[in-house]
Amino acid sequence: MCGGWGVYLGDSLKSGQRERMTASWTIDGVKEAVAAKKISARELAADFYKRIESRNPELNAFLTLSPERARRQTDKIDALVAGGKPLPPLAGVPVAIKDVISTRGIKTTCGSKILQNYVPPYDATAVERLEAAGAVILGKTNCDEFAMGSSNENSAYGPVKNPLAPDRVPGGSSGGSAAVVAAGLAVASLGTDTGGSIRQPGSFCGIPAMMGSYGRVSRYGLIAFASSLDRMGPFATNVKDVAAILQIIAGRDPHDSTSATAPVPDYRAELGKAVKGLRLGIPKDYFGEGMDAGVRKKIEAGVEVFKKLGCQLVDIRMPHTDYAIAAYYIIATAEASSNLARYDGVRYGLRVDDDSLLAMYRKTRGAGFGAEVKRRIVLGTYVLSAGYYDAYYLKGQKVRSLIAQDFRDAFTKVDAILTPTSPVPPFKLGERTDDPLQMYLADIYTVTGSLAGVPGISVPCGRIDGKLPVGLQIFGAAFAEARVLQLAHAFEQAGGAAV
Amino acid sequence: MRVAELADLDLSEAELETYRAQIDEILEYIGKLNELDTAKVEPMAQVLSDDQTADATLREDLIVPCAVAEDVLKHAPDPEPPYFRVPKVIER
Repeated sequence: MCGGWGVYLGDSLKSGQRERMTASWTIDGVKEAVAAKKISARELAADFYKRIESRNPELNAFLTLSPERARRQTDKIDALVAGGKPLPPLAGVPVAIKDVISTRGIKTTCGSKILQNYVPPYDATAVERLEAAGAVILGKTNCDEFAMGSSNENSAYGPVKNPLAPDRVPGGSSGGSAAVVAAGLAVASLGTDTGGSIRQPGSFCGIPAMMGSYGRVSRYGLIAFASSLDRMGPFATNVKDVAAILQIIAGRDPHDSTSATAPVPDYRAELGKAVKGLRLGIPKDYFGEGMDAGVRKKIEAGVEVFKKLGCQLVDIRMPHTDYAIAAYYIIATAEASSNLARYDGVRYGLRVDDDSLLAMYRKTRGAGFGAEVKRRIVLGTYVLSAGYYDAYYLKGQKVRSLIAQDFRDAFTKVDAILTPTSPVPPFKLGERTDDPLQMYLADIYTVTGSLAGVPGISVPCGRIDGKLPVGLQIFGAAFAEARVLQLAHAFEQAGGAAV
Repeated sequence: MRVAELADLDLSEAELETYRAQIDEILEYIGKLNELDTAKVEPMAQVLSDDQTADATLREDLIVPCAVAEDVLKHAPDPEPPYFRVPKVIER
């Protein structure tokens, strides 16, 4: 699937030394090196493409590379440097974009056969903002088909391997976006989260990953899965870089009427502030049966880190947690069945010909969608159908109210909530593909925040037996992203990743 | 079966059989929601509270260029500019 990177060949590749450096680039590191002319934006991008060429065949994390577009951007940045002009905040930073996010002129497949040749005529607002801030888009990342999955095994283009444990899944659905950052193939990336699809792969790949509040980041150009849940957000190697990316993509967008008008604070300015005295809720309901013993040990050690930082730990109850998966899979599939009705072979993507229009629709959709997408469309159509609407969809929406109320109640008592991101560490490829319900249940700790609309981050919280990464999740109240980032940063600085 | 038709999905017999069993299992799990009395609970129809939304109905009516038709049709399965061509819908 990968396009050529030959545009970057030539005089730019001097030594293997620089290539080895790329794994540890940060946003500030890139900006300083480019500004000080230690490396040009073009050379840096070339180094990343070289690494991608060597690692991607094994990881399958990039689906499409965009070297021509990257080259136009690096030329712009290098011209600014040459002219002694001020550099934008993400100058020269190589980034990757999940393949459900529209990129003008770059193929966007959603991990689906039904869009295998789709080339969007416009950019998502987040993509446009990243580029305007100087970021260099290297390419598009693999994901579960239409972002439906928790392991990246539902991609029509094959699964992604976890760079930390190649026999394991990287998590999903934004598995490619997590893997490329964890493997040093991009400095940061964009993913999307509907029920955990940013936070869980962040946890599985051992990097911080954030979902802002519902409405915090414009979804213009995000190809819809479940519109009352979908959000876009960043992956990076450290919390400061997560904050820097969120800073650029957050804020009202006239193209998305569901983007929030709440002002965007200076997130990085909040990071250094002391967390002493902050009240952190530990919901008993998230620490019940079903949690892997290794995960539990690491999360308990992570909670101790906050205690040492002077935070006050408060036992809280969130009594409707156990109902979240059931409510989520009604609402998400109902919305998906409606959103995916647009793939009918008429305007874009695959068409399977037939003499009758209806037969053309049915054959196109039957051939173009993969097993999980079809399963969710059928389930979603069922829960919305006449006679079942009240019993399922309406019931689900009512339970969603109760779950949102759990969060509002909690935030009258605490400043943030700590939970595991996933009940299990990264599992083996193929281990869970036969049982969709078991796969859904793995989303238990993330779907609650999705339903409630609150922001959440997953930060690295040790590795089981020094190998399999565990993620600690921090939820904040709606639009309290600054507080979530502040806590995540304090945790990271206190050595949380090595508990 | 009827649901697949409603969803305009062509499914094989084998697919129907698999999905029927799996969806029955999922619906049984979803049935646990009935443990909760929601008679007095309002459904959550909005995620954003009113103070966080702009009034989309009152956007200024500005004309902006949007010349994407050619680009869009270029990637259509069966374009006949300025149209998308489909199988005959109305017999006469």
